[in-house]
Amino acid sequence: MELFRDINIDWLGKKWYLLAFSLVFSVSGIFSMLFWHKIPYGVDFKGGTQVHVSFDRTPSEDHIRAAFDAAGIKDAKIQAVRGDQAARPEVLISLPEKSDAVGFDARAAVLSALQANYHDGGFKVESSQTIGPTAGEQLRHQALFATLYSLIGMLVYLWFRFELIYGVAAVVAVFHDTLITIGAFSLTNQEITLTVVAAILTLVGYSMNDTIVVFDRIRENLATARRETLATVVNRSINQTLSRTILTSGLTFLTVLSLYLFGGEVLHGFSFALVVGILIGTYSSIAVAAPMLVAYQDWRIAKGKTASLPGKRA
Amino acid sequence: MQKKLAGRTGIIVATLVIFTYFIFFGSGLPKKGSVKQLLTNSIHLGLDLKGGTHLVLQVHVAEAVAAQTDSDVARLQADLAKAGVAGAQVAKLDPTKVDIINVANVTAADTSKVRGVLNGTSYSSTYDVASVPNGYTLTMKQQSRKEMESTVLQTSIETIRQRVDSLGVAEPVIQQYGLGDNQILIELPGISNADEVHNAIQSTARLEIHEVVAGPASTEADALQTLGGSLPPDDMIVKGASSVTAAGNSDMFYVLKRVAIVSGTDFRGAQPVRDPNTGQSQTSFNLTSGAGERFYEFTSANVGKGIAVVLENRVRSVASIKSAIHDSGVIEGLSEDEAKNLSLMLRTGSLPASISYLDTLTVGPSLGAASIQHGVYAAIAGMLAVMFFMLLYYRGAGINADLALVLNLVILLGFMGLTGSTLTLPGIAGVILTIGMGVDSNVLIFERIREELHLGRAPSAAVQNGFAHAWITIIDTHVTTIVSAAILFLFGTGPVRGFAVTLTFGLLANIFTAVFVSRTIFDAILNRKQRGEALSI
Repeated sequence: MELFRDINIDWLGKKWYLLAFSLVFSVSGIFSMLFWHKIPYGVDFKGGTQVHVSFDRTPSEDHIRAAFDAAGIKDAKIQAVRGDQAARPEVLISLPEKSDAVGFDARAAVLSALQANYHDGGFKVESSQTIGPTAGEQLRHQALFATLYSLIGMLVYLWFRFELIYGVAAVVAVFHDTLITIGAFSLTNQEITLTVVAAILTLVGYSMNDTIVVFDRIRENLATARRETLATVVNRSINQTLSRTILTSGLTFLTVLSLYLFGGEVLHGFSFALVVGILIGTYSSIAVAAPMLVAYQDWRIAKGKTASLPGKRA
Repeated sequence: MQKKLAGRTGIIVATLVIFTYFIFFGSGLPKKGSVKQLLTNSIHLGLDLKGGTHLVLQVHVAEAVAAQTDSDVARLQADLAKAGVAGAQVAKLDPTKVDIINVANVTAADTSKVRGVLNGTSYSSTYDVASVPNGYTLTMKQQSRKEMESTVLQTSIETIRQRVDSLGVAEPVIQQYGLGDNQILIELPGISNADEVHNAIQSTARLEIHEVVAGPASTEADALQTLGGSLPPDDMIVKGASSVTAAGNSDMFYVLKRVAIVSGTDFRGAQPVRDPNTGQSQTSFNLTSGAGERFYEFTSANVGKGIAVVLENRVRSVASIKSAIHDSGVIEGLSEDEAKNLSLMLRTGSLPASISYLDTLTVGPSLGAASIQHGVYAAIAGMLAVMFFMLLYYRGAGINADLALVLNLVILLGFMGLTGSTLTLPGIAGVILTIGMGVDSNVLIFERIREELHLGRAPSAAVQNGFAHAWITIIDTHVTTIVSAAILFLFGTGPVRGFAVTLTFGLLANIFTAVFVSRTIFDAILNRKQRGEALSI
């Protein structure tokens, strides 16, 4: 079986459409981050208490809320979640945390409020987490720096293996993916937790993979092609690797989709990030990274410098 | 060719056997047991899968520094008196700066005497001495402070470890935590009872015995009043219940001497006992010999005065000294549980500084079990889907890719068994992702071989060229991903680290399976084929 053969799509000719597509998604994500849902940090990043309670039978949210009101717990967010245990419906209870000195008090308060005022049936605390705001901020910094450092690490590697402009183009493409993925979390108002950050870092690696495959082919084609314009070479390289790009993305997407469908609640955010990110990551290596190489060369020509074909070094 | 091929097949079979062994037995000798037992023995499950407790504690090291400077203030006062200096005041004037001691009211005549005392090594080695009008300022040296803080942190870790050991946790993690200064990470797999953990750690509180200057008073202002309105720098006000056993009473305020007579590390042993007359619970304690002498000296000089037991910056009991106490005594006014906890705490030594929780996480075992089940289902479903597609799309070569994929998984799990790495929930996701990305190398190679075949090359040349070209790309893509996984490992914590580990192992294994194993299978197939026969790809 063979799905893609002798494809000849003029990708660079469509660069304005591609640019518009990227802009729509990244700008709407940025708008949501700034003005709508902001960045919906999970409890591990913003601080607070999260108690996972499973019930013998489907609980009434109103009764839980009434139980908290009676116990004087305000600001509790009650949210039914897709449970990991089919027979036991689960509810996630979130409380904000103001003090840095957290303890087991919040968990105990939730437990005693339910014990005293909830009479619809049995329940069990499955897990609980309380984080102070400062610890959350430290984690947030750590996540931010981990992402930045991994981008720098890749830039340096690509600089060493290819040329600086390749590294820059790849990093811009990856940054674009990260932005749109975080934007998707903001638009759908899903919480960004530590595991989601791990997923985003995986995407960074994955999208980079995709970009490198295209770049490798560009470098290889440049070594033999002398008369063609860079745009033609880039187009040809994208088309030559297109079957691989689509197959790999499709297969990885398949595994990630199974994670999203069967992975249970805890991995929900993680697999959502990967589902979005693999689509965007595949798109960006074709639509962002490769056109940047051409744009860079056009810019050099426009400035009157010699048109250098990046990649003779291979 | 035939001989070389046999050698390579040998390497592959040996790898398969060795890593299968690692999966079941780790780095140890073969054991007996069911498949499940063996698996959980060699591949450690993280807290999120097994259930357990994860805590991050902040150690308030400044308290220990303050305690040190407090006792140095007392020592300096004594030393100056010994040197015949009269009228000089030694105190810590700014309560927010725990590391600064001020010496004031030094008369011109005394200057050289004071200077002589301060130049003694016991001060100048730990303090920077600066001269100010009519006095001196002693600032603890940065290095001394750092050393002290790190000692405090290490002592805290050791103390908590002893206490956690009393819980009987298998493989607890208690270590310094790098995210902020002076933090401790505690991981207790299998313990998800929050109350149990809470009690064990809470009882690792800080305990000291102080001299009572005045009190109790019902408000802080009243307490100050008894001292004439202002608090002398060597005293402090501490809250406490008026009667410790009677619950519900409002807090009372005590004025205590800042310097503790004895503190946590001075206790040698302790038992919960009952008062033979009243039947009330008490904790009897013994002091170490050095502390015992100090305690004897103090109590014999202060018969009739009050001493207060301060636990976690709160007065827990107050007693008056009836006679000189040498190295043992009782702490009264405790409930039965308190007496038991306090004894345990004193036996293992209390913390040199108080602690607070920054992060507490408990996961119940059933939630973890459900997560494993879902993760494994997702992995199997994803893997089957990928394998089926490869067969459909590449036919003969699909078998090759599927074999490589299975071997990739075996090596990955074997690696984890060998190194005893921890499998977390994101780690399972890492395994699934490895399957997805692992197949990428095969796709790269196969597509390249197809291209070469389209160009009209013979199968053997196409395989040769396909591998050669794809190899460069595979190295580039794997190295970049390993770079990002390494950074995840360096900067990540707990579950994220587990993810980085599985991802890295998976990628390393993938280079071997996608390139070496696939190539060997191709060569074996080509070897059997007649010249000019087509390759199934």
